[in-house]
Amino acid sequence: MYSRAYKAAISAPPLLWICLFLLLPYALMFAHSFWLVRDGSLIHHWNLQNYRALFTNPLYFEVFLRTARIAASVTLCSLLLGYPLAYYLSFHAGPRKELLYQLVIVPLWVSYLVRGYAWKTILGSDGVLNGFLQYLHVTREPVSFFLYSPFAVVLMLTHIYTPFVFLPIYAALEHIPRPLVEASQDLGADRRATFLRVILPLSIPGLLAGATFAFVLSLGDFLAPLLVGGPSATMIANIVQSLFGAAYDWPLGAAISVCILLITVSLLFATERLEKRWSFK
Amino acid sequence: MSAGAISPQGAASGRVLLEVRSVAKSFGATHVLKNISLQIASGEFLTLLGESGSGKTTLLRLIAGFEQPTSGEIWMSNERLDTLPPYKRRVNTVFQNYALFPHLNVRENVAYGLRVKSTPKAEIAGRVEEALRMVKMISFADARPATLSGGQQQRIALARALINRPQLLLLDEPLSALDANLRKQMQSELKALQREIGIAFLFVTHDQDEAMALSDRIALLRNGALEQVASPREIYSCPATAYTAEFIGQTNLLRGEVKDGVVRWGALQWRTSHVNGAALFSLRPEAIRLADASLHLPEAVRFRGIIRQQIYGGASELLEIDCGSEQTLRARIPVSGPLTGEHEFVFSCAEAVPVTESPAAHGSRATHRERR
Repeated sequence: MYSRAYKAAISAPPLLWICLFLLLPYALMFAHSFWLVRDGSLIHHWNLQNYRALFTNPLYFEVFLRTARIAASVTLCSLLLGYPLAYYLSFHAGPRKELLYQLVIVPLWVSYLVRGYAWKTILGSDGVLNGFLQYLHVTREPVSFFLYSPFAVVLMLTHIYTPFVFLPIYAALEHIPRPLVEASQDLGADRRATFLRVILPLSIPGLLAGATFAFVLSLGDFLAPLLVGGPSATMIANIVQSLFGAAYDWPLGAAISVCILLITVSLLFATERLEKRWSFK
Repeated sequence: MSAGAISPQGAASGRVLLEVRSVAKSFGATHVLKNISLQIASGEFLTLLGESGSGKTTLLRLIAGFEQPTSGEIWMSNERLDTLPPYKRRVNTVFQNYALFPHLNVRENVAYGLRVKSTPKAEIAGRVEEALRMVKMISFADARPATLSGGQQQRIALARALINRPQLLLLDEPLSALDANLRKQMQSELKALQREIGIAFLFVTHDQDEAMALSDRIALLRNGALEQVASPREIYSCPATAYTAEFIGQTNLLRGEVKDGVVRWGALQWRTSHVNGAALFSLRPEAIRLADASLHLPEAVRFRGIIRQQIYGGASELLEIDCGSEQTLRARIPVSGPLTGEHEFVFSCAEAVPVTESPAAHGSRATHRERR
């Protein structure tokens, strides 16, 4: 057994780290959300005014709703792309499996910003997509709504988060013992029935994990709306950013952050419970 | 010997249910099965016996439909089977590790086959109950497979397959994951169940004792080819090849010289109908007995030998006898207390069965010896 001194010495650095860089900032954020800014200076006076503003001003609710809508769209699109891809790789790719897997993973090594600017180049008025459509005479003039729209944000975030959705689903599918698939066919189930009755239920934990990744990461994203979203696609994180920056209203920004944090944490709790219900080890 | 007058691969008795016609299977350059022809009669318990890598599981998977034969055909009751997908074949499988669906409880597992065929709910409930009673698992209907023991999972796997009333049940080493006692118990239950329901069983195992205990006929596979197909009694008492003689039970393989109906092996000689020339004979250890004035064997061959080693085996003893030849003879005799020195032994010359040399014997026979 290890001595108490050894245990204390070995656990002190990570504990210190957690206190200094996680708990303390959260506590500060939480405290700020109950303070005020008056005449450009922070007043340490405890009150609920920030939260009241959040729930009475329809602007915040509207932006939050849009954010949730965008995050849900990204989740849905990533699942629609990531699940079939994972299914194909796990069950039908044969010897090409390893190569295809690497190809799915490679974009993860490319900077988020680079991929954002790439979409800007593709979607812009004199961008690749518009040039191509005009070349084909599908459109006569550049289509402006490709860029600076919620559509562009969903497109870019889907592109970025699909690998995050693919990975846990692929891992779940790979863990399904193949004799189960054979047993299902042996008992008279064709491919479709086998998928619906065996493969899909057994991949639900992976599906939930992937969906959580896409939703939570999209919910807090502020770069995509900044790069390709424009004013019509402002998301809640952009509001927080401006409140902490130009608008100089840290308390209101902190109140919004607390709300986002609560939503995220309860989502994580809920999906974890669901994942446990659907895992059979 | 069996009364079956048809070809050696033919079903011993009864109507032919399944027929494997010249089936071969290769994975790339590896020939896993070479020109297999085999018939299974309805209601028969046929065992595919062989070492790992002999192709027995591959043959089972070809019949189930999980693999496609490279050449040849499989027919069942006048219907071509090998062109059908697995879900359209009237055969069901009990998998090696049971392959129960972990997200379904016992009742749902057993009902699976009927559900996917859209059987009416009332009928499903009745048949599930009947199937669970048959395997004595009715009180576990709501349990999850993960909470069951190996033996219990085994029963559920059986019920799940049999509820579909297949004409042929395929069993892929279903008892290999169970401990020795439970395995013996499941063996006798399995045999009783098969007699009761009268469905043909095709049973894969590498355990020769299991094959002997359960089967109506044994098909011994070796390196992807059938070595011998016969009833357990026949395959044991009249092994066709040296490989069969060594794989099923223990034996003394004696390489003798035949001249005008007499075999000479060392100082021993006995009568045979074998043609002149070198010949190989299989003499089971229990065929060699201690000579005794009261023992009368037809055409007895007597010889003297020195006991080199005596191995006590509970119900019997194994003697290693030096009879002046390079090869020691092994004899299995009833327990008789410590024995030493020279004794007289005897066997009947009909018990020395001529066997054909098995080609490419070295590799596989060596691994087989290691298991002993």
